[in-house]
Amino acid sequence: MNGRLANPMFLGVAAVVTLILVALSVSVVQETEQALILRYGEPVRKVNVYEPNEAFGTTGAGIAFRIPFVEQIQYIDKRVLNVQMERQEVLSTDKLRLQVDAFARFRITNPLQMYRSIRTEDALRTQLRTILGSSLRNELGKRSFATLLSPERGQVMENIQTALNVQARKYGAEIIDVRIKRADLPEGTPLESAFSRMRSERQQEATAIRAEGNKDAQVIRGQAEAESARIYAESYGKDPGFYDFYRAMQSYEQTFNRGDGEASVVLSPDSEYLRQFRGR
Amino acid sequence: MTIFSSAFSRIGSLMAAGNPWGGGSSDGGKPSGGGSNGGGPSNPWQPSGSGGSDGRKSGSIEDLFRKGGSGGPGGGFSGLPKRPNGKSYIPWILVLVVLIWIGMTSIWRVDAREQGVVKFLGSYSRTVGPGINFTLPSPIETMEKVDTQAIREMPIGTPSADDENFVLTSDQNIIDMAYEVRWQIRDPEQYLFQLDSPEDAIRDAAESAMRAVIANFSLDDAIGPGRSDIEAQVRTRMQTILDDYGAGITVQGIAIRQSDPPQAVNEAFKEVNVAQQDAETAKNNARAYARQIIETAEGQTSRFDQVYEQYRLAPEVTRQRLYYETMERVLGKVDKTIVETGNVTPYLPLPELRRRAETAPEIVADEPQVVTGASR
Repeated sequence: MNGRLANPMFLGVAAVVTLILVALSVSVVQETEQALILRYGEPVRKVNVYEPNEAFGTTGAGIAFRIPFVEQIQYIDKRVLNVQMERQEVLSTDKLRLQVDAFARFRITNPLQMYRSIRTEDALRTQLRTILGSSLRNELGKRSFATLLSPERGQVMENIQTALNVQARKYGAEIIDVRIKRADLPEGTPLESAFSRMRSERQQEATAIRAEGNKDAQVIRGQAEAESARIYAESYGKDPGFYDFYRAMQSYEQTFNRGDGEASVVLSPDSEYLRQFRGR
Repeated sequence: MTIFSSAFSRIGSLMAAGNPWGGGSSDGGKPSGGGSNGGGPSNPWQPSGSGGSDGRKSGSIEDLFRKGGSGGPGGGFSGLPKRPNGKSYIPWILVLVVLIWIGMTSIWRVDAREQGVVKFLGSYSRTVGPGINFTLPSPIETMEKVDTQAIREMPIGTPSADDENFVLTSDQNIIDMAYEVRWQIRDPEQYLFQLDSPEDAIRDAAESAMRAVIANFSLDDAIGPGRSDIEAQVRTRMQTILDDYGAGITVQGIAIRQSDPPQAVNEAFKEVNVAQQDAETAKNNARAYARQIIETAEGQTSRFDQVYEQYRLAPEVTRQRLYYETMERVLGKVDKTIVETGNVTPYLPLPELRRRAETAPEIVADEPQVVTGASR
């Protein structure tokens, strides 16, 4: 017996067996996890279940004990998880199609309920994705296209969240947030027609800008012409008689003085210019 | 020293991944995808982001045995050389392994930019600041280092033409956007424990907030003057969303890199710019004309005014003088014929025709343009 105990081989084996037993009966539950202890597949205890407003470090995270071979431990995420919904095509009331990407953020608040109803997080995600898709189509299908784009959308999302929460509670989950990530016009005709509308709006604008530019230009010209007329009138109006004479002189010079004397003038000796010439 | 300490932090982070025999079969965590890791020796092993049931890597003692790691107690009983006195080396080797183990997993160097989040058996214990910190050895306490100083950038959409990220505006127009979210970890515990994938949450929040905000802006505002408003509103909205999740993240800002009309309608938008240029050109021409005719008017009237001043002083004489001077200039150049009224039948155009008849033969040959003298 003594020899037995002293036998390092035996000691080693004993140590290993003990360690294995300890390892099988002790599990560490992380801060980010909840755990169910299952006895032959039936949940018997919960560890570190989510509570609102608890501080990290004061939760039930840490060591969890179980009976080896009899009880298993099932870990369930405690964090805020997300569901990405694949693109949905939504038809608004005014028959416009819209492609919507949405997501939801949720948390498993009742791991026991979740485990009993649906078993795995992945199955829960799939379930929520399906529900989210259908409630989006339902809610958005009741609205006009303009509403979907407008700030009013907030109300729509709240309705969806409420509807989704009712469903999620059945699976022990709580929906924290539902949002539309993208709302786009589908490729093809809807997108193209939106583009062509944008183009025609711009062309209109361009035409209007040009017309306005021309109008402004005409106004500027008109004002300048009026102004110059005023300047002439103010100056020449001082003595219309003299203006007539002065301008006539300028005019003669302009007309006769051009070129190099191709004009011929036939003067009558009675003309004013030759008054002195005749010596009278 | 640096090599030593970086090796330290590497091994340390292996431990933090919860696998005490670092480099076991579990995939050791993935570097968190998406955004930058903030540079520096921050811990690339974020908490397992898969969120799936396969992603858990706890520091469970089971792992020791599943992995059948090297150097565990009870291992290596065969084929080792004996010490000269016949005793085995084994106890010494074991002690050495344990000491190295403790050293590697209980001394931590936390950078000035980082904070270390310490978990005691999986449960949050404390957050430590920069410097050398001590924890209990690995399976008992683990540390995760989080860079709380770095401003991380997450680009959404690309400013290139071939990849378009469409957003609808309030007037149901479409713009192509690219922007960047700058964010920072505010609360390392929340960041590590609250969300299954913080980066996805940031991206989702950004896209959703951006679209919600743009839906309140008209196209013209969104591609031009409204940008800074949009950035500010998106930042506020994002912050609200992330705070609701308890993400422990501060959104520093949004930077819009691009908000343009889509490629498909770009030509039409350029057309508007061209139209604006054209309108401006038309107005400039009109202004030039305006100046010109007003200057002309002022010039001519000023000339008239000055002459008129003189005329007023001596009207009769000035008038005569002007008349004669003008006539001299005018009649000096032209052909003059004085005809007594009544008794001559003037035949016209005397001098002109005669001159042309003489010169025509020579001139037509080399200077045809001269011939057209009277056609004015």
